[in-house]
Amino acid sequence: MSDRLTEPAVVTGRPRSLAGDAWHDLRRSKVFWIASVLIVVVLLMAAWPSLFTSADPRDCVLSRQHHGPSGRAIFGYDFQGCDVYARTVYGARYSIIVGVCATLIAGVIGLAFGLAAGFLGGWLDAVLSRFIDVMLGVPFLLGAIVLAKRLSHDPQSNGVLAVTVTLGVLGWTTAARVMRSSVITAKNQDYVAAARMLGAGPGRLLFRHILPNAMTSYVVVLTILLGINIASEATLSFLGIGLKGDAISWGIQISEATGFVRVVAGPLLWPSLFLAATVLAFIMLGDAVRDAFDPKLR
Amino acid sequence: MTDIRAQLDVLPGLDPRAALLQVEDLHVEFRTRDGVARAVNGASFRLNPGETLAILGESGCGKSVTAQAVMGILDTPPGHITGGRVLYRGVDLLTLSENDRRKVRANRIAMIFQDALSALNPVYTVGFQLAEQFRKHRGMSRRDAKQRSIELLDQVHIPAARDRINDYPHEFSGGMRQRVMIAMALALDPEVLIADEPTTALDVTVQAQIMGLLAELQHQRNMGLILITHDMGVVADVADRISVMYAGKVVEEAPVHDIYARPAHPYTKALLESIPRLDLKGRELNVIRGLPPALTDIPRGCAFHPRCGYARDICRQDPPPPAYQLAPHRISRCHFIREVLGV
Amino acid sequence: MFRYIVRRLLQMVLTFFGATFVVYALMFAVADDPLQALVGERPLTDSQRLELTARYHLDDSLLQQYWYYVKGLLTGDLGTSLTGRKIGDMLADAWPVTIRLSLLAVLIAATIAILAGVISGIRRGSLFDNATLFLTLIVLAMPIVVLAPLAQLVFGIKLGWFPATANRDATLWQLLLPAAVLASLVVATELRVTRAAVAENLRADYVRTARAKGLTRSRVIGVHVLRNSLIPVITLIGVDIGALMSGAIVTEKVFNIPGVGFNLFRGIRTEDGPLVVGFVSVLVIVFLVVNLIVDLLYAALDPRIRYE
Repeated sequence: MSDRLTEPAVVTGRPRSLAGDAWHDLRRSKVFWIASVLIVVVLLMAAWPSLFTSADPRDCVLSRQHHGPSGRAIFGYDFQGCDVYARTVYGARYSIIVGVCATLIAGVIGLAFGLAAGFLGGWLDAVLSRFIDVMLGVPFLLGAIVLAKRLSHDPQSNGVLAVTVTLGVLGWTTAARVMRSSVITAKNQDYVAAARMLGAGPGRLLFRHILPNAMTSYVVVLTILLGINIASEATLSFLGIGLKGDAISWGIQISEATGFVRVVAGPLLWPSLFLAATVLAFIMLGDAVRDAFDPKLR
Repeated sequence: MTDIRAQLDVLPGLDPRAALLQVEDLHVEFRTRDGVARAVNGASFRLNPGETLAILGESGCGKSVTAQAVMGILDTPPGHITGGRVLYRGVDLLTLSENDRRKVRANRIAMIFQDALSALNPVYTVGFQLAEQFRKHRGMSRRDAKQRSIELLDQVHIPAARDRINDYPHEFSGGMRQRVMIAMALALDPEVLIADEPTTALDVTVQAQIMGLLAELQHQRNMGLILITHDMGVVADVADRISVMYAGKVVEEAPVHDIYARPAHPYTKALLESIPRLDLKGRELNVIRGLPPALTDIPRGCAFHPRCGYARDICRQDPPPPAYQLAPHRISRCHFIREVLGV
Repeated sequence: MFRYIVRRLLQMVLTFFGATFVVYALMFAVADDPLQALVGERPLTDSQRLELTARYHLDDSLLQQYWYYVKGLLTGDLGTSLTGRKIGDMLADAWPVTIRLSLLAVLIAATIAILAGVISGIRRGSLFDNATLFLTLIVLAMPIVVLAPLAQLVFGIKLGWFPATANRDATLWQLLLPAAVLASLVVATELRVTRAAVAENLRADYVRTARAKGLTRSRVIGVHVLRNSLIPVITLIGVDIGALMSGAIVTEKVFNIPGVGFNLFRGIRTEDGPLVVGFVSVLVIVFLVVNLIVDLLYAALDPRIRYE
């Protein structure tokens, strides 16, 4: 029998949640801030290009072909005599729109498929997984090229819809896989079994318990996918299968500039820089968020 | 063929009459983002050949860290040994070069760990991991090393040793794996074996077998055995002496029978009282209220005072209780030993 | 193990048919006038129309057409391109340089990734580690459409260190720059995987045991840690080989290398349906076979993995 002369004092502290820990790390991460600033700048450029340039990107005068940088056109002129800076700024709009929409499409499809496959399991999972395998059997770029070519048969369109649909339809497979494995992992956790024992129905299980835990990695994947989609649009446009007509894209600019790179480097360098910085920003952001939420890296 | 022993015998200060292993006032700190965790705060104990010393304590009391510091395998950032001496036959291991230190490991002092599945390398066969010791430390040929490895497996009673030598760790059962780890530790005939929770991950019947094996091997080799555990039940049969650790200090040390019969420290007493006993069936289990202190924030005075039923004002103030000597081989760090003993 | 291989082969067959059918359907099914889609922009006379309809079985359903195509594939006949050349010959022409390019790229990527990854993993948080992480991030994020032209501009034209283009019989030296560019597609992830694996394994319990065994630091890392850490990256390298062979389109275009990607791209551009489907079919097979080999390799390297 233990003595009860004194009541012992128990030591307590306040533990931080995973989200709290993650935010604490993110706030101190230089990578996070640099990426965020870059993204905000690019988004501004896409939404209000006139904030950044007063020139008209389609005001092309052939006689100005390949002129160097000047007061009015700080990046000079390209082979058609268009203001490179203006075109680069307006190019942000198309790239962001295509990237965001494609990622949204992929995100929604991936969420639905991944959730269904992971949560319901059984034959549905088997069928969906095989379907995903088939889709992944076609290498991404090849599939994108073929599909984009097929969808963009109308010579009038500027290809935005075709490219967006292509990237969305081909990009959901990886996202679905990630969502599926997150759901399966979450589903097997003890806290889900506990909730089920307490009488939670499948809907509540899904939305209260499983989804919130799966969403973090999903958002990270989507952020990185956004960067990849922007790069893919540029690649397709570079190959001539992406945006066309009167659309302005960094990919198109790069493609046009490579032919004249021995004459002048500006038209190649500047859109390349903007493209690389944008893609980099999204991937850096996704990376930083993923690292902040990864408990194993503590 | 190099003989490591010959090299070790010329270690400066080696004294055959000194205790086999003597740890004096060891201090180990961990510098973390949340502060400095004082894991070991003046641990001392001694071990002679053929003796079994059990180090007993809750999780986080510093017993594993002490063992790792003795072996020299602490992760050096963030861990730092900030004081004390670790004397092997009179030689302070902490002053040796890393290379000499490394040679002492496994040759003189060996260690086995709790979870044999993760403690063995999963991608190499058991034979490879055993033979490695002979090839690297004794310069043996592959064939000789393999032969010795098979003999070792026999010594730890693994049936069909010749066949099993080429198996991987995951192909053994838990108890067998632990035997493999014991074999690996004893390969170079060390004089001290430190067993860090060797049976915690095993079930009860296997526990008994492994403890029996350790006792047998110790007897054969006249080794000193340090048994680190939190399980008071395991210790009673096997140990000669017990050191109870709390918050990085040895709070009581005594021969095994004395500790069980008449504990002289409130913590030891509370530990004994919390063992579930059949004759107390139907009554509420005794627990020690509260939690062990965070090592970054150890209470002043006696570290146990917040949870202690005997605590008075003097216990809450520095300096912490010194090691009172009750008998030639008994110490206790408590101001109120007489009360605890009930005299 | 045998059952596993059989199951995988069946899956591969399913995936192969699924993937090639998708490509086939895309090339042939969607257009209003399939014949026009087949020949692209060129006008057709009536007699040509009749002949092509018969040759390509266009009066039959899509599935039947696909069936004819598969029958041809199984007998080794990849068909004839709209340019008149046999696709099999074109493939035989284009493969060697693509293989050389991909293997060289994989070699460059693997060497850098493993060396730098191991050092970074050991010295996490060091200057080397942070610099490497930063560089790989840049390389990872930089789209190949940026990297390839820029590399060609800077190293091939301005600095002149390397030749700016390569042809079918290119020497290893000529392929070096494009291979390095191609390697950039995979080196970043390979490095990160190596680094993460090394860092994680360094904290493993068996490392503590190895140190307690009195082994030297170089042996602990070189023998114990490395063997465990390389498993994930070697399998990744295997997958990358397959991916690079098909992904070299942009690189081959920029450096004018007449490999598989280059020809494939031209076929898509000119709407040469048979060529596209033929090349893609072969690429899919290569990709699937490589993946199977990688999975078997994984089982060979990690004794804990035993497929049922």
